[in-house]
Amino acid sequence: MWAALSLALAGYLAARLLGPDKTVFLPGATTSGHHQIELVCGVCHQDAFGGGPVLQDACINCHGAELAAADDSHPQAKFTDPRNADRLRDIDARQCIACHVEHRPDITGAMGVTLPVDFCISCHAGVGEERPTHAGLDHMTCQTAGCHNFHDNRALYEDFLLRHVGEAPVRATPRRPQPVLPVAGDDLNALRLAQLDAPADRAQDAAITADWAHSAHARGGVNCTACHAPAGEPWQDRPGTAVCAECHQPQVQGFLAGKHGMRLAQDLPAMTPAQARLPMHAAAAHSELSCASCHRPHAYDTARAAVQACLSCHDDSHTRAYEGSPHHRLWLAEQAGEAPPGSGVSCASCHMPLRTHTDAQGKRTHTEHNQNATLRPNEKMLRPVCLNCHGLPFALDALADPALIERNFRGQPAQHVRSVEMAQENLERDRRRRAAEQ
Amino acid sequence: MSLRPLARLAAVGLAAAATAACTSGSDSSSEAASGISPQMMADSLHAVMESDRTVYTRLIVNRLQNELGVIEASEHWKDDKALVLPAQMFRYGAEMVAEKNAPFSYSLQSLWAVNKQNEPKTDAEKAGLAFVAENKGQNYYTEETLGGKKYFTAVYADVAVAPACVTCHNDHKDTPRTDFKLGDVMGGVVIRIPL
Repeated sequence: MWAALSLALAGYLAARLLGPDKTVFLPGATTSGHHQIELVCGVCHQDAFGGGPVLQDACINCHGAELAAADDSHPQAKFTDPRNADRLRDIDARQCIACHVEHRPDITGAMGVTLPVDFCISCHAGVGEERPTHAGLDHMTCQTAGCHNFHDNRALYEDFLLRHVGEAPVRATPRRPQPVLPVAGDDLNALRLAQLDAPADRAQDAAITADWAHSAHARGGVNCTACHAPAGEPWQDRPGTAVCAECHQPQVQGFLAGKHGMRLAQDLPAMTPAQARLPMHAAAAHSELSCASCHRPHAYDTARAAVQACLSCHDDSHTRAYEGSPHHRLWLAEQAGEAPPGSGVSCASCHMPLRTHTDAQGKRTHTEHNQNATLRPNEKMLRPVCLNCHGLPFALDALADPALIERNFRGQPAQHVRSVEMAQENLERDRRRRAAEQ
Repeated sequence: MSLRPLARLAAVGLAAAATAACTSGSDSSSEAASGISPQMMADSLHAVMESDRTVYTRLIVNRLQNELGVIEASEHWKDDKALVLPAQMFRYGAEMVAEKNAPFSYSLQSLWAVNKQNEPKTDAEKAGLAFVAENKGQNYYTEETLGGKKYFTAVYADVAVAPACVTCHNDHKDTPRTDFKLGDVMGGVVIRIPL
């Protein structure tokens, strides 16, 4: 009887292990950061079947570059010094998993942190003595929006705050940065309809060829076979992201790093809205995410990709509140030619902002296609996004107001974050001390 | 202690240190015939660290910022498109060494640290920092146990070698001390070698 039951159980588990649905082996629900790839156990665990310890390198492989770019305030190297041995007994901050334990939904808080929210106290208990502005604060609010982050404080450090004292809520000329496009204005390489090089049986859809003829691809000399039969390969009707990456490397890299492309990055079938944890439109449930899902093949309308593409899948309250919001009204005015270029705010303006990179042709811009890069903690959005149009004190308040964000910034922030004033008070304290010394 | 990996490592440091003068008065550097003593190893490492940082402070920061006024040095060097501060240059080096899993570690600390995390923390650090501040020209050597491991710990005075050191620290809004003068002991370098 027991043997038979054991055999049956073993058989069932073996079938689940070898089959497509391995969820039975998950020790607990995975965080929203990793759930899309939770069944590729070997990405994080030493053992491909999920056994063995989680590898520090696994965390760094995906998140290391972003941490380095963020001037990580608490890099591993700060904790390896033996003088910190006593601190490591409380929190072994040399390991990412000391603070971010996976599969523990019962203790997982914001940003996937599995420590009590007042964990900063372990090392910074005396901050009130060195900074009177912090006296009496209970360490429950260190990481409240607008004050500090553990890793990324590029928009929160004291001297940065001091540079933005007294700024108005909206700048005199609020503008998004404008792209530096690679296609030259004189269109020297421009191709015309008659020059398209697809085999005759593949180039019969007049709408497609007309779209192409009007695209930046045609203007830049990118013919049909450049994507559909690259480097003499056989014709493929639906070129994959790798083909796009031949020319659009930083964009594809960002896409594969974010929620839209992270499954493709692990060689899994593409992400679909049906697998998402955020509310999505039922009609879009089974759309597969690739470059072509937001950028229609051949037309490549970036304005559509910046708003309509998002709205066609996402159906949460922040998204639903976008149409008719102040940002959306500005976007419509810009699209209608009634307002200057860069004055509108699309979904992508905030969630996929412009970045600068340097390649063989010099300084260029690209759209950050990792939608997560500026999302959480949301102060990451301040420098690349908010501060283009808004003053820092207002932007800090707005980002610290979840209800305002849910309404897609209709109205004013409900509370005021005192970070800038606290920085001023600290500066003033130093002035008083020096005056007293003289 | 196992001297072989240390000796290999020290050979690199010694080669570089050979031409650099060790300004601190290192007493009895007992070199055993079989290898290099932890103290000699620490002294050699410190000679390289101190020399490199003095070169950076005098020839780069003090010359370009204080004498020629062509570029500033700033704590926020990335945002300010400025030179890295000498203390940061030292700390980034220490962090890079830590990333390489080198067998030794080092840090810059002070009884008057701008960043309170750089104040002495262990008993050896506290005693060493106080000793080098009060006994100019002398180093402090001891052994300590941290996290169950035994270390040879050496503390060397960190002296204001250029006007830039003094002005920057005296003027910083978070400095606990505003009366540093050229040549003052401003802090100390702590080097630890596992035994």
